[in-house]
Amino acid sequence: MTYSLDVDCLTSIRHFEGRGSYFGSSEIMAVSDMNQTIHLRVNGAGHQLEVPARRLLVDCLRYDLGLTGTKEGCSVGVCGACTVLIDGQMAASCITLAVAVDGAEITTIEGLAQDGRLHPVQQAFIDYGGFQCGICTPGQVMAAKALLDINPHPSEAEVREWMMGNLCRCTGYYKILESVVNALGSKPEATPGGSSLDSGESRNDGVG
Amino acid sequence: MNDFQFHRPASLAEVFDLLESYGGDARLMAGGTALVQQMKQRLAQPGHVVSLGGLRQTPGLASIDAAADYHGAVRIGALCTHRQVETSPVVQRQIPLLAHAFRQVATPRIRNMATAGGGLVHGDPNQDPPPALIALGASVILTSAKGQRTLPVEQLFVDYFETAVRPGEVLTGILAPPLPPGAGAAYLKFLPRTADDYATVSVAVVITPGRNNTCQDVRIALGSVGMTPVHATQAESRLRGQPMTQDTLRACADAVAEEIDPLDDYRGSAGYKREMAQVFTRRALNQALAAAGQPGRPG
Ligand SMILES: Cc1cc2nc3c(=O)[nH]c(=O)nc-3n(C[C@H](O)[C@H](O)[C@H](O)COP(=O)(O)OP(=O)(O)OC[C@H]3O[C@@H](n4cnc5c(N)ncnc54)[C@H](O)[C@@H]3O)c2cc1C
Ligand code: FES
Ligand code: FES
Repeated sequence: MTYSLDVDCLTSIRHFEGRGSYFGSSEIMAVSDMNQTIHLRVNGAGHQLEVPARRLLVDCLRYDLGLTGTKEGCSVGVCGACTVLIDGQMAASCITLAVAVDGAEITTIEGLAQDGRLHPVQQAFIDYGGFQCGICTPGQVMAAKALLDINPHPSEAEVREWMMGNLCRCTGYYKILESVVNALGSKPEATPGGSSLDSGESRNDGVG
Repeated sequence: MNDFQFHRPASLAEVFDLLESYGGDARLMAGGTALVQQMKQRLAQPGHVVSLGGLRQTPGLASIDAAADYHGAVRIGALCTHRQVETSPVVQRQIPLLAHAFRQVATPRIRNMATAGGGLVHGDPNQDPPPALIALGASVILTSAKGQRTLPVEQLFVDYFETAVRPGEVLTGILAPPLPPGAGAAYLKFLPRTADDYATVSVAVVITPGRNNTCQDVRIALGSVGMTPVHATQAESRLRGQPMTQDTLRACADAVAEEIDPLDDYRGSAGYKREMAQVFTRRALNQALAAAGQPGRPG
């Protein structure tokens, strides 16, 4: 494995280190790494993991648990692509150490659909065209879910403020805004045909 | 990121023991939003990271209360997240300036993670809470195995990313006094780029009008204008005791230029920041006066 240092040196090193199991080489995780045993509940399932203290939660989810729905964009807490819920609170998994959330309940995008039924936020992103390329979408959906958990019928201004840290290069944001504002059927008359949003079914996450 | 050992003590006593054992090789971690980044960039390479995450149940460390023995001040536990401060009914009611300043930090996701104590010890001169805390005359509580001391927030900041926290000390709380009777306050963050950015300059003002439209007292603090947050004491002395007219307010605001030494960066040149510091100080003075119910008389 070679990589050139004349690109973004820090980024290369970080990716090199963080992706030990991905590259399948034992050299990558230095032998001196002090592994620690942690317990995570991810989307309801318990996991016991041996991880080096420097393992980031985003890498732990993606490479140790194979949950690649959580994306990494900026790696510095700005873009929101890596958003997950830690004990129900929205957090950036790219600047969170896995060992720091030992014992926590983590919800990722993979945990939202229940029994093959999409979460209302996911369905709304489809119904209202809230995504294009999709790379930011898991983060957008997780952020929106976190908001709707505490505020089931947010105003557009509240959605704008809450979601300001979820960047999207494609949509221009208006469709995302529409998806979130309408996710719980707060404006049933605006719901496009075929959606189950205004069917009166209760949410599957214990809220509303 | 370098390899390190992660400790998650369950009591302050254990934290002190770990800090004692590992000395300069240990770093405290609260929300981790600043430290993890510094470790990723190898700006920090501690051999031992001592997490404060196991101490949230410790009385006072993650709660906000208006304790009677603090002379009306609100005590904010160091492990309170920014979002906890911003949404606290006590803070919103008694010190709305502070709720507002904490709400200007980054994005809701970062505010969910970042703690009030970690934010202060991070010591970045571009942060939002420090100017507001300095303008209020707030202090921090620093606790070690030997005891406890309080320090005015303005004395916490020693140099660029450097604070007066001594080895073995943990910042355990912030004491924020309410506004003096009749006072008004404002915090302005100049954001020419994006809504989630650090300030190009920021200004906090607490002003107490006296009789006959004179200025009884004023406190002015700025962010993003030098190596540390700046308490503009000389500008204050231009206005304190003086009649408040647009001329005297302007003279006061212009005087901050003497006390600041902004850095050139992609948020603006030093010269631009110097001018904006004057403009935003003048606006903050007027806004604080309006909040006190005495808009500055046009002069
Ligand atoms: C994307 C992003 C955007 C940001 N934008 C802004 C912004 O607009 N405005 C702004 O003000 N800030 C901003 N910040 C900075 C943010 O406020 C800090 O990262 C945060 O407050 C640090 O708190 P923490 O709990 O995560 O600290 P940590 O990262 O855990 O620690 C920070 C430092 O404090 C030390 N420490 C932590 N707790 C204690 C304690 N109790 N006693 C003694 N030492 C301690 C640590 O050793 C470390 O040196 C931004 C950060 C990010 C990641
Ligand atoms: S990848 Fe975590 S915020 Fe951008
Ligand atoms: S859909 Fe492409 S970045 Fe948002």
